Amino acid sequence: MTINPDLQGRSYPAAEVYEVGREKIREFARAVKATHPAHFDVDAAKALGHADLVAPPTFAIIIAQRADAQLIEDPDAGIDFSRVVHADQRFTHHRPIFAGDRLVAELHVDGVRAMGGGAMITTRSEVFALGADESREPVTTTTSSILVRGEGQ
Amino acid sequence: MSLSIHELSPGQEIGSRTIEVTRTDLVKYAGASGDFNPIHWNEAFATGVELPGVIAHGMFTMGSAVQLVTDWAGDPAAVVDFQTRFTKPVLVTDTTGTEAPGATIEVSGLIGKLDAEANTARIDLTVVAAGQKVLMKAQAVVKLS
Repeated sequence: MTINPDLQGRSYPAAEVYEVGREKIREFARAVKATHPAHFDVDAAKALGHADLVAPPTFAIIIAQRADAQLIEDPDAGIDFSRVVHADQRFTHHRPIFAGDRLVAELHVDGVRAMGGGAMITTRSEVFALGADESREPVTTTTSSILVRGEGQ
Repeated sequence: MSLSIHELSPGQEIGSRTIEVTRTDLVKYAGASGDFNPIHWNEAFATGVELPGVIAHGMFTMGSAVQLVTDWAGDPAAVVDFQTRFTKPVLVTDTTGTEAPGATIEVSGLIGKLDAEANTARIDLTVVAAGQKVLMKAQAVVKLS
């Protein structure tokens, strides 16, 4: 299985709307062992000036990895998921993610580099919140590199 | 808590945190995040793809490490940027049915850089498991009040 070198520059449009629920924020916060009350208690979040529960700083990975799945599951990409190792990750928050947000992610393949028998693939997800009129407000930019290990790597 | 840039200086420590991890924690993270790669919960599968055993999601380590910063900042919304490289896997042994953790992650942080113009502080995290740095260039940028 080899990685398609033509992936670079490819993009995948926003496929589905992700609705951020309070219980999902609480579940994710517990899963990363976060204890800050702004993740759990609406009144505590409001006391900090927020409209609703605040998602943990890495919450956007849920949306980003859903977007990445479009690439990984694309038969044309040639990626064996069982050999994928996460190499780096970055979140740049243009504003926090709150419960009640309706998010979409646009995926861009920024880099593909052959490494041994495998490849390093860098993707970027632009996460937007949809407004009532379906307008888009930039929320988070995530970038990640995955290493697809070749045999014996 | 509100942090003023005038009260901070580069090199200042923000504290430390110990995170104990079990296989159950990895299953919980898989469910919460939607990342069901079996290398994070199935020993036979993990060793079958030439890993030393079940390893934690890199995003579990990254996500749990940032709480030190969130608690220091006083508001999770103050973390405006967070990045890391994953350098070593965190091997989580199967301690199911006991009180023992399958791995222990030690997190400590200090102020790496202050940006007066942007009114931000960059926190540099050191994240160690089994005596090895598992994250490199783990940096969180905090918006100050």
